Amino acid sequence: MAQDVKPRIKLPKSAAAGETISIKTLVNHTMESGQRKDADGNTIPRSIINRFTAEFNGQTVVDVTMEPAISTNPYFEFEAIVPEAGEFKFTWYDDDGSIYEDVKSIALA
Amino acid sequence: MQLSRRNVMIMGAGAFVAFGLPMRASAAAEDKIAEFTGGAAMADTGITLTAPEIAENGNTVPIEVSAPGAEAILVLAMGNPTPGVAQFNFGPLAGSQFASTRIRLAGTQDVVAVAKMKDGTFARASRNVKVTIGGCGG
Amino acid sequence: MTRTKMLAALFGATAMMTGPALAEPAEDTLNLNDEIELVTWTEPSEALDGALTEVISGWHFRGDETRAMQADDFDNPGMMFADQARETWDMVDGAAGKSCASCHGDVDESMKGVRAVYPKWNETAGEVRTLEMQVNACRTEQMQAEPWKYTGEDMINMTALISAVSRGMPMNVAIDGPARETWEKGKDIYYTRFGQLELSCANCHEDNYGRMIRADHLSQGQINGFPTYRLKDAKLVAAQHRFRGCIRDTRAETFAVGSPEFIALELYVASRGNGLSVEGPSVRN
Repeated sequence: MAQDVKPRIKLPKSAAAGETISIKTLVNHTMESGQRKDADGNTIPRSIINRFTAEFNGQTVVDVTMEPAISTNPYFEFEAIVPEAGEFKFTWYDDDGSIYEDVKSIALA
Repeated sequence: MQLSRRNVMIMGAGAFVAFGLPMRASAAAEDKIAEFTGGAAMADTGITLTAPEIAENGNTVPIEVSAPGAEAILVLAMGNPTPGVAQFNFGPLAGSQFASTRIRLAGTQDVVAVAKMKDGTFARASRNVKVTIGGCGG
Repeated sequence: MTRTKMLAALFGATAMMTGPALAEPAEDTLNLNDEIELVTWTEPSEALDGALTEVISGWHFRGDETRAMQADDFDNPGMMFADQARETWDMVDGAAGKSCASCHGDVDESMKGVRAVYPKWNETAGEVRTLEMQVNACRTEQMQAEPWKYTGEDMINMTALISAVSRGMPMNVAIDGPARETWEKGKDIYYTRFGQLELSCANCHEDNYGRMIRADHLSQGQINGFPTYRLKDAKLVAAQHRFRGCIRDTRAETFAVGSPEFIALELYVASRGNGLSVEGPSVRN
């Protein structure tokens, strides 16, 4: 999409081995539903992020299928187990083929 | 605005929504559930769906789902033009089978969450959310 | 009991039964990120001259979920846009080869307290300036860059950032001295009935705050939380943008954003909230 998509992620910098942590993610995206019409009565085509995944060292935490009913600027909160030090990878998949990624390292406390 | 027949019909539809009549659940929504469960029976315990009783604005309604032991949770807005909201698939490193997000509701309706448990059983929870039509451009 | 009094009592009872429903503002405390407690309910300032007995932020008039969303910077989508402006702050633009940071340095330090005193009299220009006007004056005069659109994305993200770094400080716009004339003009507009519905700002936000207008909970119309992330629009909205919506809802031709009328009104309405904490970017429905 044309606008600059910048994910925001909130998670602790460190955790004990095996600890469950809370993660929040927010990404700016209009999530055009495909239900709206412009002033001339033409349907504005759907343009959404349709999938979000969170992985830790290559293993899945959550994999979310997203529909047009997810609000503008999609927000998720979920929990992950941190078995070891490593890297979280977050990926958003856009209808237009764009992929937005962010990574966050976490150390063992 | 010129009052064409079409516009009058749209205004009529708007008036219907403004009176807060609940949106009817669509057959598409039931089909989605059947597709997810394969037609299996659903328990009414084992899954929690948290949503406001009254949403100030249908555009951004916070919801939470939690189903300990689930491998996936399907969320549907039964009265939306397209009922699908999201499907959360939990991987091996999920710390819990919990998720929170913000959703769009086209009007007062039931939000439904269905959990597929690791043992192959299903559970369903439903919450009615009243969507207010604000006085000031809402 | 005289006949007149009886009639008045009867009328009163009827009005109570059929009148608009009362819904008290929520009793709650806004602890921003569990770090600072904001002033959201306070004594009226002198500017109000007795028009209100208490000054209440719009935050108290919103639902539980909306109030919670504002209390945490991550949950507040408005902060995402304030953060985007941090990059713009450091970005060189215009013929002078300057960024905001070239003159003002660290935004967290240099802009702290700025939101709280705007709109503000500018002696050199001989006018009351809103924050948007001052940003554009910087852009055109200091940076020799193109001005931003008054309610454009760059502008509102920047005013959100400038507000964000002042959160918790009390609104304190000056209404005396050379600003007085503009303030008086704003006050006149506040109490003037507009549109086919013949409503003034005061009819809703002074006489009827706390009541429901259809399904909406009428606030005092304070602007200490602007720009605000409106859930309805799913984006940031500036105070004058909201003024335009209000006047449109009275079925009137509205003043333009950035017009002398709205600048005056913004100063006056801001002064009614003197003493409330700066909250922008807040979250409203």
